[in-house]
Amino acid sequence: MNKTFSNLKTFYHKLGSSPWFYKISGITIPYVALFSFLFLSIGIVWGVFFSPTDFKQGDVYRIIYMHVPAASVSQAIYYTMTVAAVVSMIWRMKMAGIFIKSMAPIGASFTFLALISGSIWGQPTWGTWWIWDARLTSTLVLFIFYIAIISLYSSFSEKKSADQAVSILTLVGAVNLPIIKKSVDWWNTLHQPASIKFTESSSISPEMLYPLIISIFGFYLVVLLSGLMAMRAEIAKREINKEWFKNY
Amino acid sequence: MIKIRKNRLYAVLFIFGSSLLATVLVLTALNQNINLFYSPSDLFASNPSPNKSIRVGGLVQKGSLIRIPDSLEINFTITDLKEEVTVNYSGILPDLFKEDAGVVATGYYDQINNSFQAFEILAKHDENYEPKEVVQALEGK
Repeated sequence: MNKTFSNLKTFYHKLGSSPWFYKISGITIPYVALFSFLFLSIGIVWGVFFSPTDFKQGDVYRIIYMHVPAASVSQAIYYTMTVAAVVSMIWRMKMAGIFIKSMAPIGASFTFLALISGSIWGQPTWGTWWIWDARLTSTLVLFIFYIAIISLYSSFSEKKSADQAVSILTLVGAVNLPIIKKSVDWWNTLHQPASIKFTESSSISPEMLYPLIISIFGFYLVVLLSGLMAMRAEIAKREINKEWFKNY
Repeated sequence: MIKIRKNRLYAVLFIFGSSLLATVLVLTALNQNINLFYSPSDLFASNPSPNKSIRVGGLVQKGSLIRIPDSLEINFTITDLKEEVTVNYSGILPDLFKEDAGVVATGYYDQINNSFQAFEILAKHDENYEPKEVVQALEGK
């Protein structure tokens, strides 16, 4: 028990070291790229071409293979950014600041994708591109938080103060996350409740669910890939004059 | 934990706690307004002004849909399985609109006749996804 804890502690300290991260991410990126390509292509091709047609919505439901994964990662990215914000505020770990800075544009992109794909799905099924219900509005708020984080960051010239200010804003926006998740249960909305459930059986049939899970996994891998690449670029940008970087 | 980090932890908790409190207060104050639509039962309970446009949602009652010939006009009943309200609408309907399925209508409520004049109809579908073949096979039996 004590050993695992000290191992974890070493790992945590290593995570805080930019040369270590730069080296390790350089090694892992090709593998992550390969697996994200595999999962994403299998999930999307299976979902779009080989999964059965839905009894109610017909073929239009197939946008689910993009909409649900995009919406899922858009929230997951913000959760990880919140953890990084707490670490950055308490321990002043510079890698946490680099993480938030690098992930915010990725999160914004996937939230945008979730909003757009939802809109395209809503038009033929619900009969409208947009409605101000609790789920859609709270997701738009998430998107605005990402944009605010990006613009707040760029308004500072000093990286250290930028990291601290952005951490506070990230922390404030975290309140929105449970609201997005529970909005469809707390209020009546046009958006339906979740189909994939962890505590009871899902209300989506297995032959439609499997490609969806693969696609979700693929999206997470793409986020991991783009996150690693963006963080490497940010490390290079900040530490270009450091001795270790010149010798790399 | 060193003292300075402990103090920063308190700052983190304070920032998160106060934003949480602010949000909870706002949501509590808005409460009813966040709901997208009234159910027919809510409608009777709150009886809104006939000049204010509102939304009513529920199920299209089975067998209640009447199409007026040579026009886009339809009549149907929205039910929440307790109360019901008759809706009149003229216009294009979304693809998923049908009997025994979810619907959200926007328009004006006339309390005296318990009727609802809608100017927009949206379909609300549920979270169930099922292959077409399976459902047809089951219904065929």
